[in-house]
Amino acid sequence: MNPLLSVTGLTKSYGAVEVLKGIDFEVAAGEKIALIGPSGSGKSTCLRCLNFLEKPSGGEIHLDGERIGMRLDRPMSDRQLAPQRAEMGMVFQLFNLWPHLSVTENVAIAARKVRGLSAEEARELALDMLAKVHMTHRANASPAELSGGQQQRVAIARALAQKPKLMLFDEPTSALDPELVHEVLKVMEELAAEGRTMLIVTHEIAFARDIADRVLFLDGGRIVEQGSARELILSPREPRTQAFLRQIRH
Amino acid sequence: MILEGLFAGAGVTIAVTLASLLFSILLGFSLALVRQFGKNRVLHALIDTYCEVMRNIPALTQLFILYFGLASIGFRLSSIPAAILGLGLIGGAITCDLFRAGFAALPKGQAEAALAVGFTPYRTIVDILTPQAMRIALPSLGNYAVQLLKDTSIVSAIAAPEIMFYARSLVTSSFQTTLIYTTVAVLYLALALPLMWAIRMLETRYGRLKT
Repeated sequence: MNPLLSVTGLTKSYGAVEVLKGIDFEVAAGEKIALIGPSGSGKSTCLRCLNFLEKPSGGEIHLDGERIGMRLDRPMSDRQLAPQRAEMGMVFQLFNLWPHLSVTENVAIAARKVRGLSAEEARELALDMLAKVHMTHRANASPAELSGGQQQRVAIARALAQKPKLMLFDEPTSALDPELVHEVLKVMEELAAEGRTMLIVTHEIAFARDIADRVLFLDGGRIVEQGSARELILSPREPRTQAFLRQIRH
Repeated sequence: MILEGLFAGAGVTIAVTLASLLFSILLGFSLALVRQFGKNRVLHALIDTYCEVMRNIPALTQLFILYFGLASIGFRLSSIPAAILGLGLIGGAITCDLFRAGFAALPKGQAEAALAVGFTPYRTIVDILTPQAMRIALPSLGNYAVQLLKDTSIVSAIAAPEIMFYARSLVTSSFQTTLIYTTVAVLYLALALPLMWAIRMLETRYGRLKT
């Protein structure tokens, strides 16, 4: 079976600083992958390279057989990247909801303006997505009126509305107050149960252990260890993985 | 008799203010877009130079250059168009900085979220960034509008028949200096108040968004 996502030789440098030193992995359709690792290991950078929010310095990324970000060996412009980015839904650590739009508009606008749905269709789609994340009761609110957990759930609905092939989560609960983390993890569990392909950068190790199929441990810009979630987290092989997991009580 | 003349001037003051305001906003916004989102370094430098120059030469000097200077090379602009052009060119530099500040104040994540969901850069600027930047720039823009209203008084120096122009000719014919200039002050206030009220309404309706 061909993988849905394949990453080969991914490198990223900012000037002289090498953040990613050669990342290789594959994701099958329906798989959930957790990326864990210490601060500065390059996990977020790796995720952001997948939809070219960071432009990789080298390597190749293929989604569903299509090369991402490069056309005829030349980097694509943001305008050219737009259709490819729409196939990957991204959820950000800081939610990044658009404050001048209502909750429903936040979710519906891309469907309307990018995929050309009518206002009515987009609105219905938005309400369906909001139902998935249990936020229909705040459909007319503005983002500023919501708690962090509610905002992140709306952000998830917004990403889902574009019907992406792959969902990318960049530390989705790291900016949330502890009591709000659970409501977001619960939504992510439900999405996982639906069979969605998900790549999650997270510090929630217990969540990774329970929900992910595979875990990639990154340190110093490389994948130090990867394996089945339960195995890697419960009995890591590499000393660096062991040291990292010991530091995080889970 | 006094009032008639001044009211005629008030009409011109209002017209010049509104026309210059519109010109400034269109010019300033275009410059801000190019400066903020364009990739051409040469254009950036040109725009920066333009803003520096326009903001550092006195408005009166610029008006004289437009009105008298152009005339001396055969380009005869009448006083009202010269006034609108002059104030508009200066205002464009001012509003350019205001709009740039508005865009610069937006967190990077706003544009990233738009790009991530498949918006092109054009759509991102139009649907996501501009509405927010406008709201941020609104109070400063309002201040500029009121300042502009008052600054139209200098176009009397190039014989634009606005309030101050009428006031000065009335003074030379009637010598009732205090009465005339006090009336002028009240007139400017009467024009400025509705403008400030309109701006306040806009600020309430579209005011700075809580994030």
